[in-house]
Amino acid sequence: MDNTSRSRPFDVELDQLKSMLLEMGALVASSVHRSILAQTERSEDLAHQVLRDESRIDLAEIQIDDFATKLIATQQPVARDMRLIVATIKINTELERMGDLAVNITERSLAMMHLPRMEAGLYSDIVELASLVEHMVLSVLDAFVKQDAEAARNMMASDDAVDRLRSKIGNELIERMQSNPETIPRALNLMFNSRSLERIADHATNIAEEVIFFVNGTDVRHRFGATRGMEGLGAPVLDTQSG
Amino acid sequence: MASMRTFSPAGTQQASAATTKIESRNLNFYYGTYKALSDVSLAVAPNSVTALIGPSGCGKSTFLRTLNRISETIKNTRVEGEVLLDGASIMDSDVTALRRRVGMVFQRPNPFPKSIYDNIAYGPRINGMKGKMDDLVETALRRGALWEEVKDKLNKSAYALSGGQQQRLCIARAMAVEPEVILMDEPCSALDPIATAKIEELIFNIKNQTTVVIVTHNMQQAARIADKTGFFLMGKMIEFGPTDLIFKNPSKKETEDYITGRFG
Repeated sequence: MDNTSRSRPFDVELDQLKSMLLEMGALVASSVHRSILAQTERSEDLAHQVLRDESRIDLAEIQIDDFATKLIATQQPVARDMRLIVATIKINTELERMGDLAVNITERSLAMMHLPRMEAGLYSDIVELASLVEHMVLSVLDAFVKQDAEAARNMMASDDAVDRLRSKIGNELIERMQSNPETIPRALNLMFNSRSLERIADHATNIAEEVIFFVNGTDVRHRFGATRGMEGLGAPVLDTQSG
Repeated sequence: MASMRTFSPAGTQQASAATTKIESRNLNFYYGTYKALSDVSLAVAPNSVTALIGPSGCGKSTFLRTLNRISETIKNTRVEGEVLLDGASIMDSDVTALRRRVGMVFQRPNPFPKSIYDNIAYGPRINGMKGKMDDLVETALRRGALWEEVKDKLNKSAYALSGGQQQRLCIARAMAVEPEVILMDEPCSALDPIATAKIEELIFNIKNQTTVVIVTHNMQQAARIADKTGFFLMGKMIEFGPTDLIFKNPSKKETEDYITGRFG
């Protein structure tokens, strides 16, 4: 009997699944980037590109789910193979939502395009927020490609900085609106956009959690610790005694 | 008030509720000079299903056969180490009494050339039971998930049954003497998926009455039915743990490579 590892036809299919997810990830990262530029550069061209790419992202979501489902049905994956497919299905959903948020940012940007700009100081905070979020998106995709759980974990730390900055921007915008009601339409759009950026960072964090699950088999979601696949836990049960 | 959602870890429940039913300690097994098992220590909890997996020739069937000393029937073999049933060495017990307590089901169904009824009644009869055994036969066939299919033809030859039915009959026959442990050596390998599903359901049901140790080449079967799974390779037990863990996140590379089909 030969105990050495060999490559399987299934490996080719798993590589294909990863490629599909990465292609979608690149598309979503571009949309996020363009949506931010559409706002800061006031570019209608970039905005329309984001809107056009939404249907490509939606199609990719369906194709990835379809292919992953086929692999589950035909290969009955276990261990790392299973974790990769489960993580891919979940990352796929996160990416599609990030794409939707990029569209939201773009629509708000289009709505603001012909309104006067707000003060530079506020914009620099928003640009910093956007840059942080973009970095998180690219880092998590990189962690997935490299199967690097440590990088995924490190990237998750940026989420707190994003939350703090978003909160700061929110407070500044409220001040502007209170002192000058004329700014309300612009400030509200910026409020929504900073909120969308924060949500994109949340989705990137969720992806990082899936990367850690795929690589290590540990579940770091919701601070429950290592439960998914680590302790041989059975299905969750409802504890009716306590209720 | 809303119920609190808690997690119920099957493994921990098992560990706290039960001790060990049957176990091997530092078991070595030799066919002549060939060492087929090397230092295997494995503890099986009562009323559980334990699956043993591994490539052909890894020692899993050899290990199974040491648990009721069927391995002794092969000439020129030797065992070192211990097998304990309820904490007592099986080497010290009468072998017939041992095999009454630790039954076995083989890869190919092996009904006796007798009626369905007599196949079941045979074991209890040689153990001293007399008279009619209708209730016992019905109970055993129900446990074997076969009653509904055979209740109107109990006097027909067991050979008239399909392969899947014969295998369920053999399990029912083994269950008729109320063994404490049942060893199954690839019981579904000759069966179609529907017959296999029936056996799996049966295994799940008999867990209440007995403890099951099953050797299987079908990894999905191990994943479906076993509480714990042991992976054997070249006579050694590489990994033993909760089935969930083995199939979601095995700790040894050899286990991962085997269950994902990278070798074997």
